Amino acid sequence: MTSSSLFNITTFAYLLSMLGFFAFAVSRSKVLGTAASALAYGGLLAQTVAIGLRWKESYALGIGHAPLSNLYESVVFFSWTIVLIYGLLDLKYRYRVIGAFVMPFALLGMAWGQLSLDSGIQPLVPALQSNWLTYHVITCFLGYAAFAVACGISIMYLIRAKHEKSTPDNEQSIVATFPAGRVLDDLNYKSIMIGFPLLTLGIVTGAAWANYAWGTYWSWDPKETWSLIVWFVYAAFLHARITRGWAGQRAAWLSIIGFAATIFCYLGVNLLLSGLHSYGG
Amino acid sequence: MTSSKKTISQSIWDFFCSLKLTMFTLITLAVISIIGTVIPQGTPPPEYLHTISQNKLKLYKSLGFFDMYHSWWFILLLSLLSLNLIACSVKRLPAICKTITRPVRVMDDGLERSISNLTSIMTSGDAATLKDRVAAVLKAEFAEPVVTETDGAYHLFAQTAPWSRLAVYAVHLSVLVIFIGAIIGSLFGYKGFVNIPEGESVGKVMSRSEKEIDLGFAVRCEKFSVSHYPNGAPKEFKSILTVLENGRPVAGYDRVPVIVNDPLNYKGITFYQSSYGKYGEHEFTVSDPDGSNPQPLKMQSNGSAKLPDGSGICLQETTPDISRFQSGLNGPAAQVEVHLANGENKTFIVYSNNPAMNRMNLPYTGGKLLQYRGGEEFMYTGLQVAKDPGVWVVWVGCILMVVGIYVAFFMAHRRIWVRVENGTVTIGGNSSKNQGGFQLFMEQLMTKLKKQLPLEDNK
Ligand code: HEM
Repeated sequence: MTSSSLFNITTFAYLLSMLGFFAFAVSRSKVLGTAASALAYGGLLAQTVAIGLRWKESYALGIGHAPLSNLYESVVFFSWTIVLIYGLLDLKYRYRVIGAFVMPFALLGMAWGQLSLDSGIQPLVPALQSNWLTYHVITCFLGYAAFAVACGISIMYLIRAKHEKSTPDNEQSIVATFPAGRVLDDLNYKSIMIGFPLLTLGIVTGAAWANYAWGTYWSWDPKETWSLIVWFVYAAFLHARITRGWAGQRAAWLSIIGFAATIFCYLGVNLLLSGLHSYGG
Repeated sequence: MTSSKKTISQSIWDFFCSLKLTMFTLITLAVISIIGTVIPQGTPPPEYLHTISQNKLKLYKSLGFFDMYHSWWFILLLSLLSLNLIACSVKRLPAICKTITRPVRVMDDGLERSISNLTSIMTSGDAATLKDRVAAVLKAEFAEPVVTETDGAYHLFAQTAPWSRLAVYAVHLSVLVIFIGAIIGSLFGYKGFVNIPEGESVGKVMSRSEKEIDLGFAVRCEKFSVSHYPNGAPKEFKSILTVLENGRPVAGYDRVPVIVNDPLNYKGITFYQSSYGKYGEHEFTVSDPDGSNPQPLKMQSNGSAKLPDGSGICLQETTPDISRFQSGLNGPAAQVEVHLANGENKTFIVYSNNPAMNRMNLPYTGGKLLQYRGGEEFMYTGLQVAKDPGVWVVWVGCILMVVGIYVAFFMAHRRIWVRVENGTVTIGGNSSKNQGGFQLFMEQLMTKLKKQLPLEDNK
């Protein structure tokens, strides 16, 4: 089995898992929910093995490095971290239906990577030959993934809040399967509580690497600046909870804006702006 | 006095203490930081300047958009953030410190009413014995309690991680520490750049602000080399550097390899592999096709010149021995590009000992014979040079921030009060974080406690 066929299996598992979660939300059938979860976990396992295999394959090619070095590898890793963080929340809090709003992000990442990105294993250019690359990328993407999960939960929160205003006590609708608003709000906060320290660590390891390799820990390059923008938005989110009037819907919007900024930081900067991080190029 | 009659100083203080200001500053910083990622910073490239109008250029310049992260309004926002941070901490810290150093050890009525996790257990036995039993359970399951005796009742108080309340303030302090580190760096450090040809040494570098800086020692580039992967992508850029004091190599700094991601550090000044290029001068002759009337033509490595007919010529690549590339030929050769009058560019090779081959290029060189005479070529290494005495302060700030955030999010100050009277044990507690988890903990604690107490009615 090669890593690339395992990545295809992963993509397929995530697709089925997402459809399973949708069907679960509509039908409320426990079996479907369990199946969707099982597919998500199975996909995560396949992907973990695939990432390990790809790592090994790079050594077999004589250009061994962690599979975190280009856009394809990063988008695959992003997908993996999203399912991982979702899995942790699922194991701890057991609100299955959240999968319907999280798996689409993971699937999107895998599908994009498998269908339209160059998946060849390339040697590392000198600028990326550093252990800091691994620490930096892992921390950043775990943070991004937690924000993706928070974003999915915030969308659920807003749908639920809107629904409760327009048609209260409609027990038949899909929305009635969503956890209560208070619970969603809390889960949103909990995901960001996971993501914020990781993003902070990601920015710090990036700064440490830049200082080691270029002699400046901060040079206001667009990628750095955008990561700081993301950080400011989530810092605002954290303080929003302490300030009355900023909880609930506004906090959910901050979480969604934060994730939009995250995605821009990850992809938009590379595709639309120029700078030192030629990473996704 | 009503709140509408606040004094001015009080209103200013309240303004700086408010969390609305925090939200405003954080969101404004996030939004305006975008400007500098869209508009190029530093010296804007000419291609960019062509795309905007003169008026816009003037406006951007006067607003400091080309160096926005050092503009007065950006610094002002950061100062506002700092003042807000300091004011909030000054306002809240004393109460927090009091909570930590002088905890409320006795659960009175007011406290009892404010506690959500409150349980009363009816029991038999005298207060002193009950107290010992409860204390033992608390010590085993939670933390050693302090006992206070008043009016025949015993009050037990136990807590865990009270200092975790300070974590948020450590995080806020860390922001200020990082700012201080950055200020130290910008006042006492510099960033510079230097090119050193192979075999030569330099004692001065050029700073970003175009000032010449004396290093106080010299650095010699012994050698520079590039290696490639089989697919042609660059694998490693390497300079061999030697630090010289008074012209002599310093022990331990003799022939140090410096590659990207592995710099050289000497006396707080760091040298980073950043770029490279070729230095050298090459001689050509331009003559009539039969070789008469030779005129010399000189070109720098990667330089350019004009041919007698006025067309431009660039030197792209040279080799001291062409046989490595073209079998059957030998001697030095150069690859050049000529910009023809019709707008086309023509690339061809000029040899030093093969006039017959060179004659084939006559159509591109205005009917003159161009011949390569050879030249000398050296690599030079481009090094980024930096000194930043504030960087350690920044790292201390970063560590403080990461540890602080971790403690602030994942550790809680938990407190438990117990009042033991004859016949009743009243237990209450609260937690600064994770109420759900604490409630669960309290329920388990109650179960264990009940096992240890002689219950009135064994329900
Ligand atoms: C404008 C400056 C700021 C002010 C005035 C401010 C103020 C506050 C206040 C009053 C609290 C609540 C403390 C408590 O619960 O007793 C807090 C919490 C917090 N602040 Fe700030 N803050 C500022 C900036 C920042 C920044 C830049 C960060 C970035 C890391 C930050 C991180 C935190 C964290 C992690 C918490 C804990 C939040 C939680 O427990 O959910 N603060 N801040």
